[in-house]
Amino acid sequence: MSLRHPSRRAILAAGAALAISSALSPRALRAQSTESAMRRIPSSGEAIPAVGLGTWITFNVGDDPVLRDECAAVMAAFFEADGRAIDSSPMYGSSQPVIGHGLAKLGAPSGLFSAEKVWTSSGPDGPAQIEQSRRFWGVPRFDLLQVHNLLAWKEHLKTLFEMKAAGKVRYVGITTSDGRRHDLLEEIMRREPLDFVQLTYNIVDREAEDRILPLARDRGMAVIVNRPFQQGALTRRLEREPLPDWSAEIGASSWAQFILKFILSHPSVTVAIPATSRVDHVRENVAAAAGPIPDQAMRRRMANHVEQL
Amino acid sequence: MSEWWSYALSDFLLFSPRVYRRMFELHNGAVWPMQVLTLATGLAMVMLVLWRPRGHGRLIALFLAITWAFVAWSFFSLRYTTINWAAAYVAPLFALEAMLLLVTGVLFGRLTFDWRGVPGLLGLLLVAFALVGQPSLAPLMGRPWASAEIFGIAPDPTAIATLGLLLLARGKPVGLLSPIPVFWCVMTGATLWAMEAPEAWISPAAALLAAAGGIWSGKARGGQGEASQR
Repeated sequence: MSLRHPSRRAILAAGAALAISSALSPRALRAQSTESAMRRIPSSGEAIPAVGLGTWITFNVGDDPVLRDECAAVMAAFFEADGRAIDSSPMYGSSQPVIGHGLAKLGAPSGLFSAEKVWTSSGPDGPAQIEQSRRFWGVPRFDLLQVHNLLAWKEHLKTLFEMKAAGKVRYVGITTSDGRRHDLLEEIMRREPLDFVQLTYNIVDREAEDRILPLARDRGMAVIVNRPFQQGALTRRLEREPLPDWSAEIGASSWAQFILKFILSHPSVTVAIPATSRVDHVRENVAAAAGPIPDQAMRRRMANHVEQL
Repeated sequence: MSEWWSYALSDFLLFSPRVYRRMFELHNGAVWPMQVLTLATGLAMVMLVLWRPRGHGRLIALFLAITWAFVAWSFFSLRYTTINWAAAYVAPLFALEAMLLLVTGVLFGRLTFDWRGVPGLLGLLLVAFALVGQPSLAPLMGRPWASAEIFGIAPDPTAIATLGLLLLARGKPVGLLSPIPVFWCVMTGATLWAMEAPEAWISPAAALLAAAGGIWSGKARGGQGEASQR
């Protein structure tokens, strides 16, 4: 057997192959995916995963032990997929104690980013309601407290900013849904030093693109997107149609991922919070943030396609 | 509430249909074997209407009052409120109906019952549906028997049976006792409609039938009054 020195061409070819294989290695792909899956909160620079977990309707299961455990399983899958932000409200029936049940069952996951709301027409009742919510969750403090649907926003924002100054909450925000009261939302965003705004935005409800989302970017506010699937109505409608072949270009393997990728591709959007009661769906939702994110041309293509269905 | 016109009925729905159905399953399990007692009470009220023994009006009013009070406490205050905070506001209404039945029917004895005539037959039909038909809806729609809505346990058959009995009733309190059951039939119809449940029309239809029967009954009595004056 004779040993031959490799030729220059062979060395170059091997080098190129090594470079390509390194670039496409699982580690590199994971790094790319992780980067697109995380977003910065503008007011602090803290990174959080771009897909959170909403609890409207899905976590309101009362004291049904079977359904409570199902919700805990959804939370477990969410944390296993590196999800962090869970959002709830006193308006959501039993969702808060159900979250508390899940957190206790999972041993208080350290990655949790807890987003709550204050929802009462009485300003003085706000602190007691927040404390009740905290007990339901079983957390030492909330990461984010928001004024739900702008209800008694002046009084509650005063309370929340005082809590933030005292270190009792890390971020302050306000919420609205389904495109309501955007004029007032805009006014508050211009006046108040909010960390977060929460609103409805998806591939068919795009009113926020006109003023609210650009304003959030200008003002350095993080944006949480609620009702990404129009409470399931949008996905139910789209699932009657085949997913376009070119969805593979953005790594979307379902309509839910297609919609989430559209939402997350808006530069102002920080976190989308789809709600689900299914483990497979929560995994699918969190996975939507990984991989390629549509550019402007692709966003137009996606919106046009859905509009024509 | 601002921009109220932009809200759909489904925007007020706080829970999923699955959670709503399982709530009845859980509730039936929690109060078992009360169902046997409440159904027996329902049958007893029908017998009392048919046989009309002395004091039947007071007894029927008492049974109904206890039923409404039990549903107010066990279903609305303890069960439904766990998934719907608005249930806490409905519980006092059911308790008020119980009080009205107690005061007008038991204390003052202002209610008597008579099944004769078309409105009476319509009333008996509504009561029969509440006792037998409504509980059968669950298995007929592919749900387990355990999730059946039963008179005296769940609000819908309780309200429908009461409207049926009020069609059989004579006396001024009937007008006072009807609004709350009618209100509940509309509310539950709206809830089921928002859940896209196929049986959403049943309770509102029962309330409409009761209203039609009540108008018929009033006209018939008016006609009898005119005839007797001639």
